[in-house]
Amino acid sequence: MIAEAGLAALWLAAALAILQIVLAFGPKQVRLVAAGPVRSIAIVEGALTVFAMAMLMWVFERTDLSVLLVAENSHSAKPWLYKVAGAWGNHEGSMLLWVTILGLAGAALAIFSRRLDTKTLTAALGAQGALALGFFGFLLFASNPFARLNPPAFEGRGLNPLLQDPGLVFHPPTLYVGYVGLSVAFSLAVGALLTSRVDSELAKAMRPWVLGAWIMLTLGITAGSYWAYYELGWGGWWFWDPVENASLMPWLAATALLHSINVLAARDSLRAWTVMLAMIAFSMSMIGTFLVRSGVLTSVHAFAVDPERGTFILALLAFYIGAAFTLFALRSGKLSEGPRFELVSREAALVGNNLLLTVILGIVFIGTLYPLFIEALTGDKLSVGAPYFNAVAGPLALLLALLVCVGPLLNWRGDSGEKLKRLIVPALVGVTVVAIAIVTMPGGLLSKAGLGIAAMLAISAFLPLVGRKLRRTPLSTWGMVIAHFGIAVTLVGMAASTMLTKEVLTAARPGEQVQVGPWLVEFKSVAPTAGPNWTALEAELRASRGSGVTVLKPQARYYTSPPTETTESAIKTVASGQLYTVLGKPAEDGRWQLRLWWKPLVTLIWLGGALIALGGALSLGGRAWRGLRKGRER
Amino acid sequence: MKAKHQRLVLIVIAIVAVLVAVMLAMWGLRDRASYFYTPTEVAAGKAAVGQPIRLGGMVEKGSIQRLGDGVTIRFRMGDGTGEVPVVYRGITPDLFREDSGAVAEGRLSADGTFVADNILAKHDERYMPPELGNQAAEHQAAKTVEK
Repeated sequence: MIAEAGLAALWLAAALAILQIVLAFGPKQVRLVAAGPVRSIAIVEGALTVFAMAMLMWVFERTDLSVLLVAENSHSAKPWLYKVAGAWGNHEGSMLLWVTILGLAGAALAIFSRRLDTKTLTAALGAQGALALGFFGFLLFASNPFARLNPPAFEGRGLNPLLQDPGLVFHPPTLYVGYVGLSVAFSLAVGALLTSRVDSELAKAMRPWVLGAWIMLTLGITAGSYWAYYELGWGGWWFWDPVENASLMPWLAATALLHSINVLAARDSLRAWTVMLAMIAFSMSMIGTFLVRSGVLTSVHAFAVDPERGTFILALLAFYIGAAFTLFALRSGKLSEGPRFELVSREAALVGNNLLLTVILGIVFIGTLYPLFIEALTGDKLSVGAPYFNAVAGPLALLLALLVCVGPLLNWRGDSGEKLKRLIVPALVGVTVVAIAIVTMPGGLLSKAGLGIAAMLAISAFLPLVGRKLRRTPLSTWGMVIAHFGIAVTLVGMAASTMLTKEVLTAARPGEQVQVGPWLVEFKSVAPTAGPNWTALEAELRASRGSGVTVLKPQARYYTSPPTETTESAIKTVASGQLYTVLGKPAEDGRWQLRLWWKPLVTLIWLGGALIALGGALSLGGRAWRGLRKGRER
Repeated sequence: MKAKHQRLVLIVIAIVAVLVAVMLAMWGLRDRASYFYTPTEVAAGKAAVGQPIRLGGMVEKGSIQRLGDGVTIRFRMGDGTGEVPVVYRGITPDLFREDSGAVAEGRLSADGTFVADNILAKHDERYMPPELGNQAAEHQAAKTVEK
């Protein structure tokens, strides 16, 4: 009954989506009275999708093996947390989560966007309904998560052990809120084009959504990067895997949008461009969904999928993106120009930011899709990896980091460049750091330049605060400063860990000692151990650096359902970096393979990511607080 | 500059930026994309020496040799019609075993040995790289024909 209730809720929500579209885009008489009903419908639709998701989590919690999805992806002997979170550890469930967040986003838009004019809001809700309808259709006709299995299975097939990690609980929902939160920006852009009201009011209405989605995307990507880092046991934090790129592309577009939206809100400029970016951002989310969920890619994220589904998502994708850009082509010409700005001004710097981000986005996009095109055209199989992305996108990203030093120091409209003199000291520090890095450190020029630019940015990020009364500085300015400082922190982590990592791969007998970087690691023993649904061989390593001993216990785990072996790395975090250890295979003569890394400053990568998100949160919180206070004064 | 002119300038800059992105990408892809080869193709000399490529096939039965340092292995990758010797230093993935599919990433050295930097194997029961899916199917087909 639980599964049927969930399915019924989905059908009902789909029917409401149709009603929503009809009311929002129907004849003029209908539209005049539609505003109230459309909002209510959006809210009920959101509640129904949440209900359906809750039902799916319930059948997973009970391990109801008469539900096909549960039988294929769960197991009665799995820890409780992974049973519940396992609801989205598979194709159908993760699509349902996607749709649930889409429904929730529509409901939230209906509840919170009171300041926007009614016509635009109604049109935007109609667009949101149209998006939802397509993906409801996808769930109901091609990926039904509630399909029954008759007769029920005796036992489930289990969840991929790589996914049995606390990361599964946070990473997918966070990332999806980011991905799908951008749908609101998309719908608002479509709504504003339909009513031809692209102005600073639209930007102010759109900004919290973009900011919120961007914060979650940043957190989701950061968390995903750390999860892959410790779970895969390869010691890398970014693989330029197509699925990672699928999350990076919406982030790049959302970052550009976040900056151009400020121009539109403050100066009423860049109207058409901002609207286009809003459309591109969610289009990238949908393309990412297609890449990950259609089965065209090889990845941990790609669950076994039949090709029909890929075609379905591709059709949805083509329709929505095509329709949105056709609308843009028809309407954008009618948007009037905004006020002008000088070549040296805040606007110009933000245009530069947008251009660089767009070029980087283009490079990542082409690199990610190139193998698919080539295989479709010539049948040749190829892969595009780190050498391409680092060499082509890396220098542009550094150029962008340089621009981040400059932009916040310029005034709107035009600037004499007076404040740029403050950059002299940070620039000298940056040049010194590069010089020191070239003399003392191994590694490529890109990393060294990265370290220098990071040093310069770490100081210049705080320059916008110079000469201001700190307590009266708005939170959104603090947010910008902290987010920009976070970029510097992440860059230092990337550059330092790339250049200074020490790696040892060896086969050792228990009792032997291995030196890696400043650490002396003693390999004590290997002993069997067991967890709730796995058995493992666990090594005991005693690592010391000067004084004090740390014990690390990397494991080679064996899961029975499904039968899989995984390696569990053991990591020791200290202020100056991480010691990362992996237990490999036994050699015939009693030795064990050990892989050890000393990764200086690597933790800064994720710390910086968290700072960037925190900056976004401060900005969002500050604006919301001011909005509330203003509302009360009225 | 009038507002209209400024808008025109911005549009031109945006178009130039997109073109720059495409040109940079194409330049980067020319020598940085790594192509996928089968052992037959590599044995026939179709892959260039020193280029990053991916080699996919079946790990030949009885071919895995462990070297004295405990972390280097040698094996032969085949596809029923051709074979390439592979050397790899590192921890092999969990499902890497003989008579099973694998993809090796690396470069072909001048003596015809493939030096792998990384090895990917079938991941779990439900997951298989698409390349390997086809490979395994073709291999099966070839075997059936032989019988």
